[in-house]
Amino acid sequence: MSWLHSSTAFVAAFLASLVECVEALTIVLAVGTTRGWRSALLGAAASTIFLALLVALFGPALGRIPITTLQLIVGILLLLFGIRWLRKAILRAAGVISIHDEAKIYEKEKALMREAGTPARASFDTVAFIACFKAVSLEGLEVTFTVLAIGAGGSLLVASIGAALAAVLVILLGLALHRPLSRVPENTLKFIVGIMLTAFGIFWIGEGLRYPWPGEDLALIAMVVLLLLSSALGVRLARSRARVTELA
Amino acid sequence: MKALGIALHELWGLFVEDATLTIGTLICVALAAFVVPRLGIATQWRAPILFAAVVLMLLENVYRGARRT
Repeated sequence: MSWLHSSTAFVAAFLASLVECVEALTIVLAVGTTRGWRSALLGAAASTIFLALLVALFGPALGRIPITTLQLIVGILLLLFGIRWLRKAILRAAGVISIHDEAKIYEKEKALMREAGTPARASFDTVAFIACFKAVSLEGLEVTFTVLAIGAGGSLLVASIGAALAAVLVILLGLALHRPLSRVPENTLKFIVGIMLTAFGIFWIGEGLRYPWPGEDLALIAMVVLLLLSSALGVRLARSRARVTELA
Repeated sequence: MKALGIALHELWGLFVEDATLTIGTLICVALAAFVVPRLGIATQWRAPILFAAVVLMLLENVYRGARRT
């Protein structure tokens, strides 16, 4: 595994994890401030254990699958996952769909928690527990999948370190600020992550089909650049199309 | 049982959001795997063809998506 491949895996895992952790933090903060921290943090902790169990269960099984089959399956899943992010990011950048707004989500979640009624003091709050368990599990599942998929080619440790660093960074910022990280340029990050995951997905599919890539690992960088340019074109296309539809 | 259903639905949602995008992506992969080798295209071109197909499909999908919205 070349340094180029490892560093790309690290950056992709770090950024993907950063985005997902910011989203999970928003929900945990909203639930914690509205209904109390005990059950909210218990829900988040239980979800972390659940995700760790999933990794322990499925992680070693990946090693038993022949490498080309693994690359092909993981490549297809990673491409489906990444291209979904990229499409959404392009449509958001073009103004076709609304921008992801952590502050708005935070207020919405707080309102939902208030609607659920007042929690009984000093007792276990099921609503807060489930809300946090679900939020952290969903976002964490995306991080887990990304790390396992990106690391499938031999850079699992590097990808895991990248994801863990992002999680620690977000938790520390959350503890310090006690409010959602709305200043994180989440939509831009999602754009970059979508591009990187799509590039990784196509790369793994090529490897799985045993098609040689021109320049070997360097093809990853070339794909990232070309996807960036294509996405910029996609934004222009979507913007012009939306304008024509509006005028019609 | 309901929780399992929700979990499976969420898992499905990780990979499938727009059905045409998913189908288009899978068609690109299937073409690269089964059709391109039969056309006698040299092996060094096959991976770049896969990449180009995915990019074109994405651009078409985005263009159509903007019209739909």
